[in-house]
Amino acid sequence: MNPLEIGDDCLVLAQRLAEWVTRAPTLEEDVALANLSLDLLGQARALLSRAGNEDELAYLRGPAQFRNCLLTEQPNGDFARTIVRHLLYAGFLYEMYRAHPEDEVAAKGVKEIAYHRDYAALWTRRLGLGTEESHRRMTAALEALWPFTGELFAADPGLREPWSAFVETTLAESGLAVPGEAPQRDGGRRGEHTPHLGELLAEMQALHREHAGATW
Amino acid sequence: MVTPEEARALAAAVPDPELPVLTLGDLGIVREVRQDPGGALEVVITPTYSGCPAMDAIRDDIRKALPGARVVTVLSPPWSTDWITDEGRRKLREHGLSPPRRTDGPVALTLGVRCPRCGSPRTRLVSRYGSTACKAMYACRECLEPFDHFKEI
Repeated sequence: MNPLEIGDDCLVLAQRLAEWVTRAPTLEEDVALANLSLDLLGQARALLSRAGNEDELAYLRGPAQFRNCLLTEQPNGDFARTIVRHLLYAGFLYEMYRAHPEDEVAAKGVKEIAYHRDYAALWTRRLGLGTEESHRRMTAALEALWPFTGELFAADPGLREPWSAFVETTLAESGLAVPGEAPQRDGGRRGEHTPHLGELLAEMQALHREHAGATW
Repeated sequence: MVTPEEARALAAAVPDPELPVLTLGDLGIVREVRQDPGGALEVVITPTYSGCPAMDAIRDDIRKALPGARVVTVLSPPWSTDWITDEGRRKLREHGLSPPRRTDGPVALTLGVRCPRCGSPRTRLVSRYGSTACKAMYACRECLEPFDHFKEI
């Protein structure tokens, strides 16, 4: 498990989820999304501290130096888009952590991510089987994000099979079709990002750039 | 000069900043108190969740209770709700919070979460995530009271 790659995944996705705070569809989901963000931020801090100085890595790098996968930087979109992104990514992170029980961040994180997977799977069923509109939005989200899933397994192809089993079972239970073969997009692990990462970092790093070394 | 045993008791008696009804000892997050060769005290603690925002406050509170002590944080072995003591569970219940079920050993599927107010097993899950990372939101179908459940991990 590469601490910089997975640490960046966790940091960027934590920042994305935190963007929902005060904007989620209901108060319970606002609280839930903030909790998911906090878990990922805690894991990011532990992993990035292993890769170097956590503050320098978070605040003083530009997009080309980040190693997160493209999936985690994709914008929140509507609630369906956020749920599908979390289903696909938490499904992957769960398998990654489970494959590394000797790693203390993974051994602790797997218990937290198991709840993330449940949360995303529950909402996938609810929205997939809900109304015509919720079903349509879930289908659109799956099609938009599917091209970013191939990149997840570049370092460890063995994780794909258990991930596919989880995702396919969840989609089948939700009345949603698994998207067909789609051209895949990658580059995140090499620092070649979509423009969305630059926008995310501009906001995340603004305070530190304005007041270098500021503390609470 | 306090002995490591006395220091352990002092560290364990520090209240949790988010759930002040419980002490750090009740929660099972004080792993060890030891003395280095120079005689300085070292308190080893473990977070409940990776992202628990109370950790800084907990470190400060331990240093206030034990001036000069060093606080070390470890992740392994990962904390489990099974480490919450019986006394801690009793206090949670008294405080209107449903304590976590034991995860070590078989858990009967019929055992739901009981309402900490009226004791009814007829409860429903409102959200898996609550006001802190360690809690889920429930509501009682019997007395209609909403309550927090300390979720098993």
